[in-house]
Amino acid sequence: MTTPMTSDFTRRRLLGAGLAATTALALPLPALALNDASAKALIDKVVAEINRVIASGKSLGAMIQDFERIFARYADVNIIARSTLGADSRRASPAQMRAFTDTFRGYIARKYGKQFRQFVGGRIEVQGVRKVKSWHEVISTVYLRGEAPFEVRFLVSDRSGRDLFFDMLIEGVSLRLSERTEIGSMLDARRGNIDALIQDLQRAG
Amino acid sequence: MTYHLTLSPSRLLRAALACLLAAGLAACSAPGADHQTGAPWDPHEERNRKIHKFNKGLDRSVLRPVSRGYSAFMPDDIEAAVSRFSFNLSIPQSVVNNILQGNMRGATEDTYRFVVNTTIGLGGFFDPATELNMPEATDTDFGETLHVWGVPEGAYVETPVFGPSTERDYAGRWVDLLTNPLRYALESPESYIPPAARLSSTLSQRGRYGDSIDALLYDSADSYAQARSLYLQNRRFKLGGTEGEAYVDPYEDPYGATYEDPYDDPYDE
Repeated sequence: MTTPMTSDFTRRRLLGAGLAATTALALPLPALALNDASAKALIDKVVAEINRVIASGKSLGAMIQDFERIFARYADVNIIARSTLGADSRRASPAQMRAFTDTFRGYIARKYGKQFRQFVGGRIEVQGVRKVKSWHEVISTVYLRGEAPFEVRFLVSDRSGRDLFFDMLIEGVSLRLSERTEIGSMLDARRGNIDALIQDLQRAG
Repeated sequence: MTYHLTLSPSRLLRAALACLLAAGLAACSAPGADHQTGAPWDPHEERNRKIHKFNKGLDRSVLRPVSRGYSAFMPDDIEAAVSRFSFNLSIPQSVVNNILQGNMRGATEDTYRFVVNTTIGLGGFFDPATELNMPEATDTDFGETLHVWGVPEGAYVETPVFGPSTERDYAGRWVDLLTNPLRYALESPESYIPPAARLSSTLSQRGRYGDSIDALLYDSADSYAQARSLYLQNRRFKLGGTEGEAYVDPYEDPYGATYEDPYDDPYDE
């Protein structure tokens, strides 16, 4: 019984390894490694899209939809969602994790997209980039009408397999850490019931 | 004859009190070895939560409605001018703290800013210093001075009316209050101008960031925990931002203590 299974497994693995090798050969290697330039390029794109949304003059609902699209495309929503759920993500089933991640994306878009009201007439400028631990930190400045400019940092990593940002720090306040506190409190209020948390999250933000 | 002295007995007493407070800071508590890294050090949580409830009530019944009325009544330009005026009045205190921190460059730059904005800026109601691209104000305080002197952050405390703080910063606030040079320069009734300007600036801010503050206080699942998290992150960022070495020591590092690489261990608390 074991022999056919093993051989089947080995064949598949060999096939997989062969494919991976071909892909690696086919792709120019430098493009795989994240560096200051590629991290900055990613955030330049994010900032350009956000600036376009701010300048579009759309309704708040439309802006929130745009923001969710930007967030889904350029942020590593999986790792952000998993890390805000913290230790509890270990006992979540794959289906729960998927549902939580999807709901979390919409929640973040609503909660932070609402802030775009204050952004009308403002703009974001990318200032610089530096390497911190295993990630790259892109520093930008936000200029709002009639207010002192403030700093927003985007943390970019390629450890998901793609260049994506996994956190945003506004004057040192991390979206990921603040949401971990919030999601933790919501889960406590539901006595640790993840399904109930997902339901609450659909209405929150 | 004592009337001719610049330092009257009551002022000396205040200065002495300030020193005493600073000395009492050795009492800043520190987390034990069993304390989880990254979790806030909050041994007074029970008392803090009561004060948070009180502050929230105060906001709901007084600050929020008054700030709405104030913001609606005052033209935006006037509100902004009063806020600039109030900020300008806080600069002498920053200069003192810069000197205590050994940051002579900051002290000089802040002094120039104060002189320019007080004269050309008509008493600080306008901000020509920023328009002239002068260096940003350091906006420092005695809590930061204590940080530079190596005093640990201490436990998190929520203070009545003034809100989130740490043991170190709360003590610093009192020292700032008692050693503000303007208190010694101004006599009554002019001495009431700075606190009045500060109050109206606070009202403006409550009005201006109304939605964000409402979201924090009234929409979050646990507004106490959320306020604590935001305050500590922002405060550590401010202190780390002015002191490059903070990035080296993992315990002082705003990322190190609370900020692990989520890809290493996404489950890590």
